[in-house]
Amino acid sequence: MKKTLTQFSDSSDSVMLSKVNRRFFLRSAGVAATTGAFIMGACTEQDLMSDDVVDLGSGDFGILNYAYALEQLEAAFYIQVLTTPYLNMTDMEKWILTDIRDHEIIHREFFKAALGMKAIKGLTPNFSQIDFASRTSVLGAAKLFEDTGVAAYNGAGKLIEDVNYLLVAGKIVSVEARHASAIADLINPNALEFANGQIDENGLEHAYSPSIILDGVSPFVMDKISGKNLPS
Amino acid sequence: MDIFKILDSIQKVDGDAAGRLEHSTRRMFMNRVSSSLAAAAVPTVFASIVNKAYGATPTVTEILNFALTLEYLEETFYFQANRMDNFIPAEYTLVFSQIEKHETQHVHFLKAALGSAAVDRPTFDFTYGGAFPDAWTNFMTFITISAALEDTGVRAYKGQAGNLISAPQILEYALQVHSVEARHASLVRRIIGKLKNDPMMKGWITQAKGFPPAVYAGMTPESNMVHAGLDASTLAGIGSISDDAVTESFDEPLTMEEVLAIAGPFIVKTM
Repeated sequence: MKKTLTQFSDSSDSVMLSKVNRRFFLRSAGVAATTGAFIMGACTEQDLMSDDVVDLGSGDFGILNYAYALEQLEAAFYIQVLTTPYLNMTDMEKWILTDIRDHEIIHREFFKAALGMKAIKGLTPNFSQIDFASRTSVLGAAKLFEDTGVAAYNGAGKLIEDVNYLLVAGKIVSVEARHASAIADLINPNALEFANGQIDENGLEHAYSPSIILDGVSPFVMDKISGKNLPS
Repeated sequence: MDIFKILDSIQKVDGDAAGRLEHSTRRMFMNRVSSSLAAAAVPTVFASIVNKAYGATPTVTEILNFALTLEYLEETFYFQANRMDNFIPAEYTLVFSQIEKHETQHVHFLKAALGSAAVDRPTFDFTYGGAFPDAWTNFMTFITISAALEDTGVRAYKGQAGNLISAPQILEYALQVHSVEARHASLVRRIIGKLKNDPMMKGWITQAKGFPPAVYAGMTPESNMVHAGLDASTLAGIGSISDDAVTESFDEPLTMEEVLAIAGPFIVKTM
């Protein structure tokens, strides 16, 4: 993962970014099963319930916690981006990034409120691999987070039982896709990238299962997150 | 059957429907739709859906044909524009060719899924019955229609997600198309903002900002802030974040009937 983000900061070549993203997910998919086995093998049930592992829970609340975890990460990332802006951030970039930050905070707080007592704790992000002074690093990471968010919601939709929560997920995923488009267009304006790389030959955007997504974002969270009780 | 008869037929089944179809929708039709449109035929897929009792869940086939009709509309629109000389400014040709590519892929995908049940491509009128007379001569008009089609597409797919909850794989496909439409909408809106020098025209929808108004209105307008019973504007943790940002954070659905009211005037006749 470290290498991946070094590559982000070394090049603005967005073709490479999409390749990196694909590799990132492919590799994540490959190790997901192994990681799961490790946790299960190394820990007792009691360990899994301890502070070391954040269990997202089951059913619709599990999916809401899954979304809450992702929104926590996104919000924390953009808060940091605006707290320590990269060199020569343009006004337009600042407006866009500020809007996105606010949207992610609203999403985070929405899920927290919807979950009430069932909400997972506040997660501790790990952004040590992101160079917040570098436009390329920040926008590359933003693209990764947005693309990941869209693929996560797209993959979670069919796991939701309550039609009202499905609608909420639908309301949010298209806003994440709007973000992804804007960020990609900041990286490479008026090019194909606003809607490329994450979309297959049928014109369908990626949809990933929670296990793939959770493994993909694990380098960005200090906490261990377990989705073992999520619906599948 | 014309558009007004369909609206009337909805109203007969549900007296409140006309009220729920945003007032601006009806006003827009009254003001803009030319007499040629009064004779317009509406696609049988739309008609059959609307003829069902209001609120009845459409079948998966009906939903996919509904989606296919919208994708035909979008694909035809971009296909024509991308083949006109000196119409789309050079800096935006890649963007619109990419959008066309996806709409074509969506058409092929939906047709393959529907097989012999797929509806045919209707004939379209992108002047919207004369409301947009310069659709093919003025890029600003063209791109305004583009944003309207993309945002309508996003809202249309979102509106059908719940109806697909018991068909999980179809639901996932619909969501996978839905986010692609949202990526399109975001960039098209941002280009409009740039061309009009309007910083409030963003990739996301502030309140119900966009044109024509009916695209952003409806039973659950884009300015809605209550989701799953929670008023997002009163969340404790959002501090001083504005209501505008709250409305931007959630996109809203359109019902099939609302989409019909918006898209109907583009459709001259079914083949």
